[in-house]
Amino acid sequence: MGRPTLRFLCPNGHLGFAPLKVESFELGVATRPDFILADSGSDDIGPVPLGSDVSTSPKEWQRHDLEKMLLAARKLGVPMIIGSAGDTGSNSRVDMFVEMIRDIARQHRLAPFRLGYFYSEVPKEKVGAKMAAGEVVEGLDGRGPLTAEELEATDRIVAVAGVHPYIELLNRGAEVIIGGRSSDAAIFAAPALRAGFPEALSYYLGKVLECASFNAEPYAGKETVIGEISHEDVKVTAMSPYQRCTPASVAGHAMYERSNPYYEHFAGGTLDMSGCRYEQWDEKTTRVTGPKFVPSPELRVKLEGAGKVGERYMGFAGVRDPYTVSRIDDVIAWARKQVEERFGPPEQAGYELHYLVYGRDGVMGELEPLRHEPAHELGVLVFGVAPTAEMAEEVTLMGTRQMFYARLPDVKGTAGGVAFPIDEVVRVSPAYRWTLNHTLRVDDPLELFELHTVEVSGAPEREEVVS
Amino acid sequence: MSGAGEDAMGAPAAGAARPVATRRLAELAKTVRSKNAGVDRITFDVIFQDRENYELVKRSGVLTRESVARLYGISESRITDFVTFDPAYAIKFTILRSRPSGSPGDPDIFGSQQYAPLLDIEVPVVSEG
Repeated sequence: MGRPTLRFLCPNGHLGFAPLKVESFELGVATRPDFILADSGSDDIGPVPLGSDVSTSPKEWQRHDLEKMLLAARKLGVPMIIGSAGDTGSNSRVDMFVEMIRDIARQHRLAPFRLGYFYSEVPKEKVGAKMAAGEVVEGLDGRGPLTAEELEATDRIVAVAGVHPYIELLNRGAEVIIGGRSSDAAIFAAPALRAGFPEALSYYLGKVLECASFNAEPYAGKETVIGEISHEDVKVTAMSPYQRCTPASVAGHAMYERSNPYYEHFAGGTLDMSGCRYEQWDEKTTRVTGPKFVPSPELRVKLEGAGKVGERYMGFAGVRDPYTVSRIDDVIAWARKQVEERFGPPEQAGYELHYLVYGRDGVMGELEPLRHEPAHELGVLVFGVAPTAEMAEEVTLMGTRQMFYARLPDVKGTAGGVAFPIDEVVRVSPAYRWTLNHTLRVDDPLELFELHTVEVSGAPEREEVVS
Repeated sequence: MSGAGEDAMGAPAAGAARPVATRRLAELAKTVRSKNAGVDRITFDVIFQDRENYELVKRSGVLTRESVARLYGISESRITDFVTFDPAYAIKFTILRSRPSGSPGDPDIFGSQQYAPLLDIEVPVVSEG
């Protein structure tokens, strides 16, 4: 069935985080790929965007890439697929991208096309009901099973979609797809699987394309790469004039951002890359054969969840006196004690105070081998987190300013123990933490995802809900 | 890390085994990097331009589960993976974070600056002289 090969164009490994490079994108589009696709999300950016439901990427950059991709895809008449909309893949981010697609279509008076989109958010109550029914929400990466307390502490959960919602939307005739949170590789694997290509090569294709030009050399982001799948191999080609895909660059990419370069887990199975063979096919192309796919006995979908810790303020103090530098932990302990005298112990009063000591171990903390050799001056960043903004401000101000009054036994300077570049604290985004990095068993691969298709027409506005 | 650099090596004693100098890992590797692998782990990649330097470091025994645990002052149980990856001339290991990325107090949301101590690892090399 179907065609002997299909070609997939990926211009950006995280759409919106930085704009795609136009030259290599245009070069790639000129080769008439069969699909134009990009992942737009990551859990790399910390729990704050998911928890507070915002993007880290500016709208202008998101729209820039969506516009380039949509215009090219509609001109070629090929599907365009975006996964993990707006950094987090939450429902509001999907809606925002859907609105951008409509807006771009209107602006360019595009001929009508069918837009498919799906939501990935999972209500807490749904997870709670599964747990109440005896389902164990298993932890990943050494975490224990999800507890009722951790679920309660969670503000937003997204399920990480595999290939299933994408295949279903393609089956419903979608020509443009905006996905909620998804496994990066699934975006690419879905159309390949649907066209009848082997699972192992389809998932490998997704794995190798999801970060765009990070699989090429020399190192450069946001340049277009094209992957071609056949029934025997995957070939990946750099489109940028100054990049090549080499066996080393392509194999090297298998390691990127994952614990182990040989295995990658998806909803439905594991991609085994331990038997992959890499060969230079032409100047800019590497050919890969030999990946395997091991289906899993049950379907488990990954859940990501973020929970609010509190409102957050930030303060800063510098230290130059060598004696104070050597006793900085005593200075911090003094300031902590003053805050505790005012509010009580942190656990009981519900606040947190964090000190990052730059010039000693500010970047690496406990992992810093040189933390016993501080520099001649230190910068201390102070974060106070508390249930209310007022309390967070006071905790942070006291935790910062009391460093000034720290009582060290032999200090020469008695007119202030630290230097303030500003004598105030500033409000920053609320603090969140990753509460869920777990998996949930499902019977139906679509049960956590809500699918929609609509007709979009450039002008005039006329839309009808198909399902 | 202790270990003298190349320049510090004196002339070999007559009849001694071939003299051994050391070179910093930063000189031998093309890429040394760290990055999140999910929200609970940081993964480290040491990638070489060619097989020669890759094999040299792989065989040297200075980059192992034990040496990395010692360098970062953590227990070996926090190292979840340690693999050599021939197709990419790479040595890779992964550690559990002490708290998930981006939690209050986490200084490195992306885990992207945790590799620096690896650069100074001294790798024994057989002296040319």
